[in-house]
Amino acid sequence: MIYLDNAATTSVSEEVFEAMKPYFCEQYSNPSAVYSFAGQSMKAVDEARARIAELIGAQPNEIYFTAGGSESDNWAIKAAAEANAKKGKHIITSTIEHHAVLHTCQYLEKQGFEVTYVNVDEYGVVKLDELKAAIRPDTILITIMAANNEIGTIQPLKEIGEIAKEHDILFHTDAVQAYGHIPLNVDELHIDMLSASGHKFHGPKGIGFLYIRKGVRVGSFIHGGAQERSRRAGTLNTPGIVGVGAAAAQAARTLDENLKKETQLRDYLIRRVLEEIPYSRLNGDPVKRLPGNANFCFRFIEGESLLILLDQKGICASSGSACTSGSLDPSHVLLAIGLPHEIAHGSLRLTLSEDTTKEDIDFTVDELKKIVERLRSMSPLYEDFLKQGGK
Amino acid sequence: MYSEKVMDHFNNPRNVGEIENPSGVGTVGNAKCGDIMRMYLDIDENGVIQEAKFKTFGCGAAVATSSMATELVKGKTIQQALEVTNKAVMEALDGLPPVKVHCSLLAEEAIHAALWDYAEKNNIKIEGLEKPVSDIEEKIEEEDY
Repeated sequence: MIYLDNAATTSVSEEVFEAMKPYFCEQYSNPSAVYSFAGQSMKAVDEARARIAELIGAQPNEIYFTAGGSESDNWAIKAAAEANAKKGKHIITSTIEHHAVLHTCQYLEKQGFEVTYVNVDEYGVVKLDELKAAIRPDTILITIMAANNEIGTIQPLKEIGEIAKEHDILFHTDAVQAYGHIPLNVDELHIDMLSASGHKFHGPKGIGFLYIRKGVRVGSFIHGGAQERSRRAGTLNTPGIVGVGAAAAQAARTLDENLKKETQLRDYLIRRVLEEIPYSRLNGDPVKRLPGNANFCFRFIEGESLLILLDQKGICASSGSACTSGSLDPSHVLLAIGLPHEIAHGSLRLTLSEDTTKEDIDFTVDELKKIVERLRSMSPLYEDFLKQGGK
Repeated sequence: MYSEKVMDHFNNPRNVGEIENPSGVGTVGNAKCGDIMRMYLDIDENGVIQEAKFKTFGCGAAVATSSMATELVKGKTIQQALEVTNKAVMEALDGLPPVKVHCSLLAEEAIHAALWDYAEKNNIKIEGLEKPVSDIEEKIEEEDY
């Protein structure tokens, strides 16, 4: 099997798994308990919190554990809206956010908030002039993702953070795809809140965190206990927290090397696909993109067919076609960068990890070429295209 | 997600291709929604479908339903071909996931569109055949409400 869907989830690394193991059967204590048996669990939680904070230049007490990226996004946006509703009811986000952000914003619109969805350019970069123009006296929150989950485009976080700071507006970023993969520093980027998820960087599933800058006043999301300084109730998920902490420690050690290695392999993949498969295009920014992300469109074919045929060759990938989105519309991100529907239906996302090899990429491109050709040979769109003289 | 039969017809689609100078050809669906089906029919002087071919842009279910539809109409008379409904196509494939039912409607519509073209070319009226809608999704919406 060749796994090229690391943006969907990653494998738990051996190192992470080993770190987690003692916290299931042996050190099973509730870390919040008083007796000494709970001491080791609490110590492990504290250590994990410190490792996670360190990677983004934050303080440990600014990290709040959650069940994952979606919860972190929901909490950050709803709580920021609620806490500042007296000041204003206007939120700014972008058209290419993850649904955890978009649907939360839509929910708040129903609650009487106003949301401006700033457009992106053809590469998926948020238009800063539009962002600036969208700011109003009653704007209370800017929420823009660090890097896009589909097309991998990295946003100009520093510029956005500066704009937010200048206007005294809270800045939240969904860094689910970026944390552990690219350098992020909450002070340099003026980030007030940051969402991340463990399983996107070799940690376990079901655990994530929200960074909340000290002094930022937002309410709790889950009520019912004193955990996480009463901001997020619920018995701490000790093995999960230890796992995400170990994954952060591993990322701190390997980030630079992996970034370089994956970028090189990604660019090799992109080059081969664009050179060897006609009528293909790269989606997203060619340079400002996540190291492991490649996203293509192949004209005249549809994404789900492509995925099934790749799967039969043992290649795991994903697509933004309607059939894979469960609706009739293709991915909102591909439409937002200006692709027409029929081209957006033929998208393919391949996301690498540090374990991906050149052999994996070569095999994938070789198979992809054959599959695209096969699907085109049975496509009425391609037939029309050829009959019209390939225009 | 898909039945074995769907996977078989997707992996080994029957009757892919074009017919030169077909008796009737119909294209349905639209690229916007991600499914386009084109069906070619060769109908002899007795009104029997001798040959059926297709080309499809779409998901696994769209390819499989096209393939099955061509299989089901081959050797049939025009009247018999009209009885190849989307349900018949679905049943022959051992069912489709609910979100893919529209693919079988597209297959039925493709047969009708090809027959309509045949009728127009030959200036005949086929009993029970209505002018096919050009956009299958419009029809689904009408049926929904």
